[in-house]
Amino acid sequence: MSNAQQITSTITSINRVGAYWHMVLRAPSIADSVVPGHFVAVAVGGDNSSMLLRRAFSIHDATPGESIEVIFAEHGAGTQWLATQKAGAELDIIAPLGTPFILPRAAVPCVLVAGGYGSAPMGMLARALKKMGCHVEVILGAATGERLFGVLDLKRDADNVTVTTDDGSSGIRGRVTDVLAEIIGQSGAQAVYACGPMPMLKAVAKLSTEHSVFSQCAVEEAMACGIGVCMTCVLPVIGEDGQTRMVRSCVEGPVFRGDRVRWDDVHTVPADAIGAPIPGGH
Amino acid sequence: MSVDLSTSLGSLKLSAPTLTASGCAAAGKELAQFGDVSTLGGVVTKSIMLNARSGRPTPRMAETPSGMLNSIGLQGPGIEQFIEKDLAWLTEHDVTTIVSIAGGSVAEFGELARRLRDVPGIAALEVNISCPNVESRGQVFACNHESASDVIRTVRSEWNNETPILAKLTPDVTDIVSIAQTVVEAGADGLSMINTLLGMVIDVDAMKPMLGGKTGGLSGPAIRPVAVRAVYQVHAALPETPILGMGGIRNGHDALEFLAAGASALSIGTVVFGDPSAPWRIARELGEELDKRGYQSVREVIGKAHQAG
Repeated sequence: MSNAQQITSTITSINRVGAYWHMVLRAPSIADSVVPGHFVAVAVGGDNSSMLLRRAFSIHDATPGESIEVIFAEHGAGTQWLATQKAGAELDIIAPLGTPFILPRAAVPCVLVAGGYGSAPMGMLARALKKMGCHVEVILGAATGERLFGVLDLKRDADNVTVTTDDGSSGIRGRVTDVLAEIIGQSGAQAVYACGPMPMLKAVAKLSTEHSVFSQCAVEEAMACGIGVCMTCVLPVIGEDGQTRMVRSCVEGPVFRGDRVRWDDVHTVPADAIGAPIPGGH
Repeated sequence: MSVDLSTSLGSLKLSAPTLTASGCAAAGKELAQFGDVSTLGGVVTKSIMLNARSGRPTPRMAETPSGMLNSIGLQGPGIEQFIEKDLAWLTEHDVTTIVSIAGGSVAEFGELARRLRDVPGIAALEVNISCPNVESRGQVFACNHESASDVIRTVRSEWNNETPILAKLTPDVTDIVSIAQTVVEAGADGLSMINTLLGMVIDVDAMKPMLGGKTGGLSGPAIRPVAVRAVYQVHAALPETPILGMGGIRNGHDALEFLAAGASALSIGTVVFGDPSAPWRIARELGEELDKRGYQSVREVIGKAHQAG
């Protein structure tokens, strides 16, 4: 379990970046312990908000002793409210949360794959991998060029960046998985890191496993608490013992080994999961 | 401020008035990041069943105005692992622990009580006869006098006589007072009120219910007036029966409302999902609310709203 803190944080800056928002939050006591893959849970709507649940965002960057940064999209009422906040406003935040990415033991070639603003944590990760001496390839995909995030920064942080868009408005027309196999082959990658929508993660994990490459995927599941008490964000994951359990993506995740998640069974309880419903039972 | 925040639920003395609510704090451990769990009135653990249970498919949650629907479906490790890991952690950390049990049958409730009877470190038993997240409404024992009575009588016969049994009731009944009277006659020492209300949200793009389990339990401040009403009515009918009040308590003011309606202590539930330090905060705020009104203790305001006539 991460050692999370709940603090009142001041917004240092909040700016629109393409289709998304980039927000810097003052969090000196938290920033030091943030590593790539951690997330933050933000209360929205103010003290008497009718929205009781926090919004979770992967942490984009952390400046030790100062601040953390997040990228968000306006999806619903909560993130729309967040987008109206100004620098100087205070937010109740909890961080760092979740099980982050695991870095390789040695300096091996890595591929980082992200869809949409799933690229948010990838700059931090790329820099950590480069620091260890890893060769870092990045693949960024989105529906359109407008929905890409962080291309320029990642070009600075990684050795090479490949862009794909569904409509061909930027980079190669197609999906991230259309180029992944080739880039794994060319770079001799031994690790794949992915963050983005569930269908993309499923495709990336399968392709990685087919190429005998170890993958880690940061999943996106609806969660109520973010701290492991509500049991809403579960998905079927195979454990060390080979048994499937419904595990919490907020505590055991959000980063899971790609070959351990039962992607085809997400949103179901597989019949062979521990404690699965028995016919005639619950 | 010199307000005495201690209270009791029958024979169980509590040093603080706020406890967690079953299903809203797992088994306490995760909350330890945000405060000293041993200083709470207690932790009411997530309802445990005899065997490991995976719960219902996702999505299991939908946010609603001032509330949420959940359809977890009693996911848990089963009683053996619960005793070995969760209860051991709570005991080791000196937490006042109220264990919530849930069964698919009267016999399962009895078996759970028997397994827990001699386990040290349990301050009280909460019998969850009102979880709405089961396939069959027939399993919501608290919707029916006979089944509610059968469960409580069976648990009573298996349980020790040193620590109280609380029966957890649903407001989804025609007359909660008569159900309360039934379970008290069957041997409940106190009542936990209220469980969630059965609800549904429909995704109009997909044109289907939002939750994997279709229906879910509604909780949060949206249900608070229903809970206050239920506590008020039951306290009026059974003034000697202690009530652990819950249902959308968000701050000290809300907590005071429940005490005035007749609750002796308070479980803090859904609000914990948004604010994990809420059980401590609300106890502090309750002290301020009492002090502001010239009260010196929690005990003196229990059922106070009934005195006006």
